[in-house]
Amino acid sequence: MCLGIPGVVLEITDREAFLAAVDVSGVRRKINVACVAAPEALDDLIGKWVLVHVGFAMSIVDEAEAQKTLEVLEQMGEVQEELMAMRNSAQA
Amino acid sequence: MSKGADTIKPRETKLQGDRVTMAHGAGGQSMQDLIDDVFLSAFGNDSLSSLSDSARVETGGGSIAFTSDSFVIDPIFFPGGDIGKLAVCGTVNDLAVSGAQPLALSFSVIIEEGFLVSDLRQIAVSARVAADLAGIKIVTGDTKVVSRGDADGIFINTAGIGLFSDGLGLGPTNIQAGDAIVVSNGMGEHGAAIMVARGDLGLETDLISDCRPLGNLCGYLTKNYPGLRAMRDATRGGVAAVLNEFAVASSKAFFIDEASLPLKPEVRGVSELLGLDPLYLANEGLFVAVIDPAQADAVVADLRKIPGGESAAIIGTVRSDPPGILVMNALLGGQRLVEMPDGEQLPRIC
Amino acid sequence: MKFADEFRDPQKASVLIANIEDALKRVPMPEGRPLHIMEVCGGHTHSIFRYGLQKMVPREIEFVHGPGCPVCVLPMGRVDDCITIAKIEGVIFTTFGDAMRVPGSKGSLLQAKSEGADVRLVYSPLDALALAEKLPDREVVFFALGFETTMPSTAITILEAKRRRVTNFSIICQHITIIPTLKALLDDPDAMIDGFVGPGHVSMVIGNRGYDFIPRDHGKPFVVSGFEPLDMLQSVLMVLTQMAEGRATVENQYARIVPEEGNGEARRAMAEVYEDRKTTEWRGLGIIDASGVKLRSAYRAYDAELKFNLQQAHVPDPDICQCGDVVRGIIKPTDCAAYGTMCTPKSPLGALMVSSEGACSAYYQYGATGLNDPREKIVS
Repeated sequence: MCLGIPGVVLEITDREAFLAAVDVSGVRRKINVACVAAPEALDDLIGKWVLVHVGFAMSIVDEAEAQKTLEVLEQMGEVQEELMAMRNSAQA
Repeated sequence: MSKGADTIKPRETKLQGDRVTMAHGAGGQSMQDLIDDVFLSAFGNDSLSSLSDSARVETGGGSIAFTSDSFVIDPIFFPGGDIGKLAVCGTVNDLAVSGAQPLALSFSVIIEEGFLVSDLRQIAVSARVAADLAGIKIVTGDTKVVSRGDADGIFINTAGIGLFSDGLGLGPTNIQAGDAIVVSNGMGEHGAAIMVARGDLGLETDLISDCRPLGNLCGYLTKNYPGLRAMRDATRGGVAAVLNEFAVASSKAFFIDEASLPLKPEVRGVSELLGLDPLYLANEGLFVAVIDPAQADAVVADLRKIPGGESAAIIGTVRSDPPGILVMNALLGGQRLVEMPDGEQLPRIC
Repeated sequence: MKFADEFRDPQKASVLIANIEDALKRVPMPEGRPLHIMEVCGGHTHSIFRYGLQKMVPREIEFVHGPGCPVCVLPMGRVDDCITIAKIEGVIFTTFGDAMRVPGSKGSLLQAKSEGADVRLVYSPLDALALAEKLPDREVVFFALGFETTMPSTAITILEAKRRRVTNFSIICQHITIIPTLKALLDDPDAMIDGFVGPGHVSMVIGNRGYDFIPRDHGKPFVVSGFEPLDMLQSVLMVLTQMAEGRATVENQYARIVPEEGNGEARRAMAEVYEDRKTTEWRGLGIIDASGVKLRSAYRAYDAELKFNLQQAHVPDPDICQCGDVVRGIIKPTDCAAYGTMCTPKSPLGALMVSSEGACSAYYQYGATGLNDPREKIVS
């Protein structure tokens, strides 16, 4: 279960209630960020991408890890291309 | 793949439950069941039973298109329009997609006691503006006021008549295998804008409803493209409902390509956040056209030059088999069936 | 859309499919049946259908749709409980859209609404709380449904209600936990599951260590996965690679969202507000020990069941239902005697026919066009 979608934090709107405005593809919503930031570190969230579930930020997107996953997939593609090229040249 | 019609189970059409629910008004299977079981069984006649957007009424001199629609939208004022504009566009569009030239409109209101006259004035003005844009006059109407609580602000009914051009027989029975499926603009903008405008989901966007009269777009197409087979405006139930109806009425298979669907980022955002499928979101200024594939590129190129058609696109192809279904070729090469919607789409968390 | 569109790339998908086909050649296959990979989470089931993933992977792989769909496993008696409370004078009953259509023994919440109950949709439990503040004369009840992903949001909402001294707000707590259920599933000697695609969003809350028993005690690979189609295909590849190499371990494909240790703040809020129920009933799976939570006594003021003195209704699953066997991978939906006759999407008997992502409902869609095998492409 559990629909979650990444959004970017625009601003902190209510420090006491841990509320921040996020943008998901041009749609804005106030969400609770208590699970992803300590009270003194709320401002650090601005510009960060968070995973939004039922009006709560539940995780900060680790952009380096996202990049790593995509790189693994890209390398897989390159290896496959090389294999195809080798097979083709062997047949030629 | 040629498992044919003999393996198709009959659709379940039995009306369920002993009370009317919201699902019975949502433009999907439940509403069809209600119409079949209650109204068609009471009123059934040749003109009604085709359940097309406008009825064809024969007169001595030719055929008249006749249609009616009621409007109960919440909120009454929304980004991109209000209930007055919607009431004109909805009926005019039903005439236009039937291939008829709109002639005259009725405009009847049921108003809740206490409704602001200034709001009523605004609604009337925007109805007039929309009628002018559509080239139609509001020639008759009715006004009723009910006690507070007996209506929600204002309800409007409009009926329209139009003239069918000679020889023009648009309809899903004309659809042939190989035909192209075209949508006239970006999908789901009315449905998404209204969901946001209601305010109870706490969302904000710059999205506006696509509510607009389609007469110009449809008229242009019917005049210039003899390869046009069928058109329908994709209101409640969205593009998915229209394509399912076409698939069943034509006994053809409709295949659409996910990558080709024109969607604004905000419509995608609302859909992803709330777990909705934009294929089921309502439109009020978009029609689906099925057309000879040789003319499809030209139609799209023309539509894109006309306001309200900027994002027109070919979204798929009609095939002969398996009949009566709508299939999505998904983004990555997989496939899924897109069912007839049943009831209102509800936001989900899983 | 950033962090979504990159993971929907068709070219990378075809590379992954080629690698899956390749890895599959080295996987020891079970006898007389396809390889069963269970996606635990309903969100994954949704992705499988949305992107047609079953039709993309080789025919030797079959997805078994697991119990992680809170709507599919919601017992009829609980729906009856909701309706009982929704019909109390003065109550505004708030719920996620998912639960609206689930039938209880006396209809659904949607039907209760048509009969006059004030049932309203909310996107967030915080919106239900805001409604209670706005309408102090009404009693606002929130139906708190869902797994560990959703549990912290309800917990924080309760803590907020306390902080803001809102007294006309309470919840029906139907939060359930995935690990006891996976244990129960795997302890069944008849279960036919070869590997798991693990729930990404549950894991971002609870972390990955709770799954260690699955490879350790049962020898099954378990890969915590994201929800985009490339995430899922990569996770399938990771499961197959483990099998091909003869190992079984917990791996994390979804490291961009799931930290190994989960979310400490979320878990603290949960521990503060909830305690285990002794047992919880699951539609289709029966009663499972310590598989759900209730509010601690310090928060009893927010417990709608106590506030309205609710006697929990119990409605047994119909005898003919074999949902449990389908979830365990023992039978296919079409093998069930009730399938397609007594049990259809319009009038579902069993849990798996209720939600459109339920295994039986999904099969039925294909059955309706004479395409009984979801692995088969609709047009060649």
